[in-house]
Amino acid sequence: MSDIATTTDAELMEGPAFVRGQPLAPLPPPIKEGGAVGWMRKNLFSGVLNIALTIVCAALIVWIVPPLIKFLVIDAVWNGSGRADCLQQPGQPEIGACWAYVFDKISFFTYGFYPIGERWRVDVFFALLTIGVGWMAWLNAPRRDICMIYFFIVLPAASLILLLGWPPIGLPKVATTQWGGVLVTVVVASVGIVFSLPIGIVLALGRRSKMPAVRLFSVMFIEFVRGVPLITVLFMASVMLPLFVPDTWSPDKLLRALVGVSLFAAAYMAEVVRAGLQAIPKGQFEGAMAVGLGYWQTMRFIVLPQALKITIPNIVNTTIGLFKDTTLVFIVGIFDFLMTVEAGRGDPAWATPVTSTTGYAFAAIFYLVFCYGMSRYARFVEARLAAGDRR
Amino acid sequence: MAAVEPTRPKAPLIYNPQACSIAYQVLLCAAIVFLAWSAIHNAAENLARAKIASGFGFWDNTAGFDISQTLIQYATTSSYGRAFWVGLINTLLVAALGIVLATILGFLIGIARLSKNWLLSRMASFYVETIRNIPLLLQLLFWYNAVLKALPGIRESLAIPGGGFLNNRGLFLPQPIFESGSGIALVALAAGIAASIAYAVWAKRRQMATGRQAPVLWVGLGLMVVMPLAVLALSGFPVTFNYPEAGRFNIRGGIEILPEFMALLFGLSIYTAAFIAEVVRAGITSVVKGQTEAAYSLGLRPGATLRLVVIPQAMRVIIPPLTSQYLNITKNSTLAVAIGYPDLVQIFAGTVLNQTGQAVEVIVITMAVYLTISLVTSGLMNLYNRRISLVER
Repeated sequence: MSDIATTTDAELMEGPAFVRGQPLAPLPPPIKEGGAVGWMRKNLFSGVLNIALTIVCAALIVWIVPPLIKFLVIDAVWNGSGRADCLQQPGQPEIGACWAYVFDKISFFTYGFYPIGERWRVDVFFALLTIGVGWMAWLNAPRRDICMIYFFIVLPAASLILLLGWPPIGLPKVATTQWGGVLVTVVVASVGIVFSLPIGIVLALGRRSKMPAVRLFSVMFIEFVRGVPLITVLFMASVMLPLFVPDTWSPDKLLRALVGVSLFAAAYMAEVVRAGLQAIPKGQFEGAMAVGLGYWQTMRFIVLPQALKITIPNIVNTTIGLFKDTTLVFIVGIFDFLMTVEAGRGDPAWATPVTSTTGYAFAAIFYLVFCYGMSRYARFVEARLAAGDRR
Repeated sequence: MAAVEPTRPKAPLIYNPQACSIAYQVLLCAAIVFLAWSAIHNAAENLARAKIASGFGFWDNTAGFDISQTLIQYATTSSYGRAFWVGLINTLLVAALGIVLATILGFLIGIARLSKNWLLSRMASFYVETIRNIPLLLQLLFWYNAVLKALPGIRESLAIPGGGFLNNRGLFLPQPIFESGSGIALVALAAGIAASIAYAVWAKRRQMATGRQAPVLWVGLGLMVVMPLAVLALSGFPVTFNYPEAGRFNIRGGIEILPEFMALLFGLSIYTAAFIAEVVRAGITSVVKGQTEAAYSLGLRPGATLRLVVIPQAMRVIIPPLTSQYLNITKNSTLAVAIGYPDLVQIFAGTVLNQTGQAVEVIVITMAVYLTISLVTSGLMNLYNRRISLVER
């Protein structure tokens, strides 16, 4: 109407070129946006490229997943007592994973050559460790201060007595050469954590120290260790360490590897902690100084609690790396979990074409479960810490 | 005022921070010197007792062992020093190829993880989560023992189109033999590379001056690929191939690629690609959306936006962690020792150490090599970082 009102009389006389007499037919409703179909249109089939990608991906999944499930589950042999059960026979033309082999070897994979009568000690150790880890990981747990003492002092001492044995209290000695399997993997990983974190904190503080000599040694150690592969550190620990100590000491083979792994992990921990220290604003140091705290008091009460809190996700990530790196002790001849899997491959009682693959699949699932669990935990902590900073 | 100062009580030296700091440092130095001295003393004593020679005299002694993959001239009569270089070159070869493959795969997967296609991004993240959480050593053993060593033997070799063979002894490919006259193609290739660099510089200058763009990519491809091929064709294709021939017990001729090498290369590339994918993803998501929107509002098309706006900014975030992944490939290539690929550690810290017994010297040399590679790379990285980091006010 307003259009007509502003047009001139002459235009009015001629009239508008076209006036629709009837309302338009309503447009068809938009193609479904919501629901499963709409979701698929949006996320899978929007545009030629997207359709092509979807088809390629689907083809890849069809190519990989069904054979994998067939191998791991459908054709797998679950019960059996020897290689004959996992060989191709008229009754079973296709053979999948030979899980019977894994079930048969599971105690070897867990304990290595630990004396059978003493294996309950390993189980107790696993239980104690689970309590410690659970207590540490549960952020709202009661008395987390006791937990620290438990984890860093009580647990190592108890484990040492349990695993190595202490004749006066009736636990016969078990040489570390008899340890193996998951036990060694867990021992190497937890010793690595228990030692690398404190050493790493000290190195990180040293690297940020004002004293030139302290800083120089810290930087040299960190950069040296981070610049060389873990294998060379392990080689160094296993062949050079015995040379550097008096002849009478002749350190245990496992101990040498533990020293190597701990020092290696400490250098990486140091960098993670340093990143946390750098994130603490200068005002915190100045505030601590203003209330008259000394260096160690500042660190203990003000800086480290904040710095370590924000680095928990990175510490967990470094732990995952350490857990995966424990497999490398295999190269200096220590019977960790992967080494037992590798040794089990050669057992003539189970020699079949699928034995190797089954062993590796089992090992892969083991590491995957632990590492993925840890990385989920890191992400959970990260989200929880971020919640505090959200406005 | 002056009268007040002398009355200030004299604090004991232990409360003087400067004195304390000096005391701490002297103590630390003394402790380290003592540790080093006792280590050296013990080592000398232990070595003397075990009657092991010391010093680097073994370097020129005859090695006496064979190496399965040698890129430079090497025989059992060569020296330990020569074996060292063979190992170093093998390490660098697998590291360099691994870096190329892992970068390509990692970038593809990192970008796929950000794809709008749900299926693709899910698959990419599944790849990353799975591969990252399985130890590299396990993956290497799997590739080597369960895949490559499980291939059929020589008699049932799988034929590869183009005249190659694949069996449990490795991959055998035709070897190109450049006859006389093929040198001219090499000259053409060098000239093409030089010309395309010159063209790129000129095009950049012209674009800066006039804003006109030049088809650098196509001209470069033409100069570097088409021209040498054309020269080769014109000179009558003086290249023949030495095809591998399957005998009864072995395969003669052609290039032999060891299964150990393939397993290490696959394992390293696939493993590191998962980490590179995460680095790439983090880099691209670090570029805020406003940058893309601003580029669109200036009228840039999606391709140009990605190339000129997003990627240059993402690279600033990507490159430092990418370099440390490259260093990780180099360091992780030492896992070769588990599957028997003759890299530096396997040859030098393995065989040479066992033969000579000179643990200290051998380990020091091996570590020095990796340390040098790491320090040089991180030094270059810091230089680069300084160049590209944001200039802040």
